[in-house]
Amino acid sequence: MYGIGLIKGLGVTLKHFVETYVEDIRWLSRGGRYYDEEALKVRQSTAARGIFTVQYPEEKLPVPEEFRYIPFLIYEVDEDGIKVDRCTSCGICAKVCPPQCIWIVRSNDPETGRPVPAPTDFFIDIDICMNCGLCAEYCPFDAIKMDHDYELASHDRFKDHIFDKERLDHPLSYYAEIRPRNYAEEERARAEKEAAKAARRKSK
Amino acid sequence: MAETESTKVLDEIKTKFGDAVSPDEREGYDGYLVRAENLLDFATFVRDALGYDYLSSVTGVDYIVEDKMEVVYHAYRTSGGPALLFKVQTQREKSVVPSLVSIYPGADFQEREAWDLLGIEFEGHPDLRRILLWDGFHGHPLRKDWREAYFEEDQKPFGNRWPEGKVYRIEDKVPFNKNVKYPANFTPEGWVPEGEGTLYASLGRMEKSNGNGTGSEHIVVNLGPQHPSTHGVFRMVAELDGETIVDLKPVMGYLHRNHEKIGERNTYIMNMPFTDRLDYICSMGNNFAYALSVEKLMDVQPPERAEYLRVIMAELTRVVNHFWAIGFLLNDLGAFFTPALYAINERELILDVFEAVSGSRMMCNYFRFGGLARDLPPGTAEVIRDLAFERLPEKIDELERYLTENEIVRVRGEGVGVLTAEQAIGFAAAGPVLRASGVPYDVRKAEPYSIYDRFDFDVAVRYNGDVYDRYLIRVDEIRQSIRILQQAIQDLPEGEIQTGRPQYQVRVPAGESYGRVENPKGELGFYVISDGSPTPYRYHIRAPSFINVTGMAEMSRGQKIADVVAILGSIDIVLGETDR
Ligand code: SF4
Ligand code: SF4
Repeated sequence: MYGIGLIKGLGVTLKHFVETYVEDIRWLSRGGRYYDEEALKVRQSTAARGIFTVQYPEEKLPVPEEFRYIPFLIYEVDEDGIKVDRCTSCGICAKVCPPQCIWIVRSNDPETGRPVPAPTDFFIDIDICMNCGLCAEYCPFDAIKMDHDYELASHDRFKDHIFDKERLDHPLSYYAEIRPRNYAEEERARAEKEAAKAARRKSK
Repeated sequence: MAETESTKVLDEIKTKFGDAVSPDEREGYDGYLVRAENLLDFATFVRDALGYDYLSSVTGVDYIVEDKMEVVYHAYRTSGGPALLFKVQTQREKSVVPSLVSIYPGADFQEREAWDLLGIEFEGHPDLRRILLWDGFHGHPLRKDWREAYFEEDQKPFGNRWPEGKVYRIEDKVPFNKNVKYPANFTPEGWVPEGEGTLYASLGRMEKSNGNGTGSEHIVVNLGPQHPSTHGVFRMVAELDGETIVDLKPVMGYLHRNHEKIGERNTYIMNMPFTDRLDYICSMGNNFAYALSVEKLMDVQPPERAEYLRVIMAELTRVVNHFWAIGFLLNDLGAFFTPALYAINERELILDVFEAVSGSRMMCNYFRFGGLARDLPPGTAEVIRDLAFERLPEKIDELERYLTENEIVRVRGEGVGVLTAEQAIGFAAAGPVLRASGVPYDVRKAEPYSIYDRFDFDVAVRYNGDVYDRYLIRVDEIRQSIRILQQAIQDLPEGEIQTGRPQYQVRVPAGESYGRVENPKGELGFYVISDGSPTPYRYHIRAPSFINVTGMAEMSRGQKIADVVAILGSIDIVLGETDR
């Protein structure tokens, strides 16, 4: 009969509609299905039924660890409380960056004339950055990493959108916080290397 | 067997063409060099006697040192197997080669592109106009001596980024308005778009008198470039008799950024994230094709686990794309957004997987030469398993219940926008468009790449070649992709995901290579020429979204104007790839 297909289709729409309310009721005892981190996780998982949307900015999708946006630089703090850049100003990130939006100023030691293994300044034009993550991937010193912060809108792109070193610098603890798994993995590799080095030295 | 066949073919060519056709003996190159005056005969011979009925790709190359332009043709058999390459050369000044449109109609847009970007004239082309750039454009940008407005250096990385690092914005150095060069005697203010005139003239507009003092006239209607149905900035100029389409010309290039020129300045690895921006719905698939073509040159193989993950990502991409395509086809049919949003629901879940593994939902940049950027994070394999075995099969059934028997979908789709099998092959249509016309041609089976020969799946094929079948074929393909996904995630081995150490600058031996995959929209190919330097000498993309539009006029003739929207939706184009 003509129209059966239509009615079947409308059945699907109705199912979606009803499922939303069924789910809402199921979550009632747990404080409701909206504006709640636990509930949001389920609402955005393969178990999701009914309504699927997120009420941004009140609700935000949790970003996975690998999420990448704009790069940032890592510094460590030594025993005397002095900031030490991890970056050695080797220039690899500037060489691999596809849109060429990294500018690094390296200076020479006035006494020896040799390059200082830390950047004097470091710029990233975030309007040009294509968020590819290659800089972080190929930095041999784990000095540049991709940030999770994506809310970067500003009023003046000329003034605000070329990030300098000050703006790019973040403490190691920040990195450990947003990318715990990567951080732990790198620390483990580093410790192993150190241990191997120490062992080699001992055997000599 | 391949050896004996190719020697047989070689003999046959020798006896028939003598000196006019010779094997291309440059180091790392393949195929035949054909003299321009014999090109038409040779192409006819290749198509009719040798059975290479599908001219997949036409590429222009500028060999500036040798003072030559070259056009490279990749022909395939729709029954499967490797390519037959043939090339024709001409001088750089006033480059002219014969057009192959009369033999392979699918060469139409590609020859226009080669004219537009490289200035190679195709003698006998029915409508040789610029296709991606506008009339006020000066020169042919893919020529090696042409430089763009914000030109810095011929190859990246640019020297001034490190160690001096004097940061600047290029717009400050070259202010807006100072960045354009016009052809001689061209003033943009006084410009009368004569291109539009030729465009309209090419439609063969006609007036007819009814013999009693009254007359009727065909009218021309522009759909787009700003039009919700065009899936981006795309324009169709339709000539109408009443409401019936008499002729139609697609106009594109609004999103053109000369991806290929950028690619020839970039180093090999830099191009990987740029490929994401082609068909931005299917970035994993784009990565795949590019990785394959460079890996061929480098002669590296990814490890087992990486091969499986590549297949998983490519098939998830296919599911994503087809859900999206179906959703938006329904939009075009007037079912405003409910089907699209149900489809996008599932897409979101897959994008979550992409984001977890690659860091980005759409711009994945996940493939590397000889492997992948990183392994699956914990928990992701389970999500993929869940999707492949539970969620997606259930949802595709639901989608079918929702749409397949819907009377409106059937009436709007059946018998609309028909492309026969011969036409589809002729126009070099690819992917679902080709297979919905009854040609079971799928690169995954025709010339298996990666590890596709290990999986048990069928090539989906439908026979009516109309909008409805192009809907159905996408549903079929989602089902087949789910089958592959289930096998791949079951068999996923442990192990490395990268052959050798990851390198930020790879050494690519000189030569040419063509890597192609069955992307969701059709055959996506990267033709890469290396001269041994850190950047590709030539980087060309065979874009399915671009070439599939070649048959648009044929599909639309005789249809009603409202159907054009559905037909375009059923081809499923993405302008990032069409315009490049
Ligand atoms: S961030 Fe890393 S790659 Fe870039 S200059 Fe510093 S150390 Fe080298
Ligand atoms: S993320 Fe990519 S584009 Fe952005 S600074 Fe790093 S390498 Fe350059």
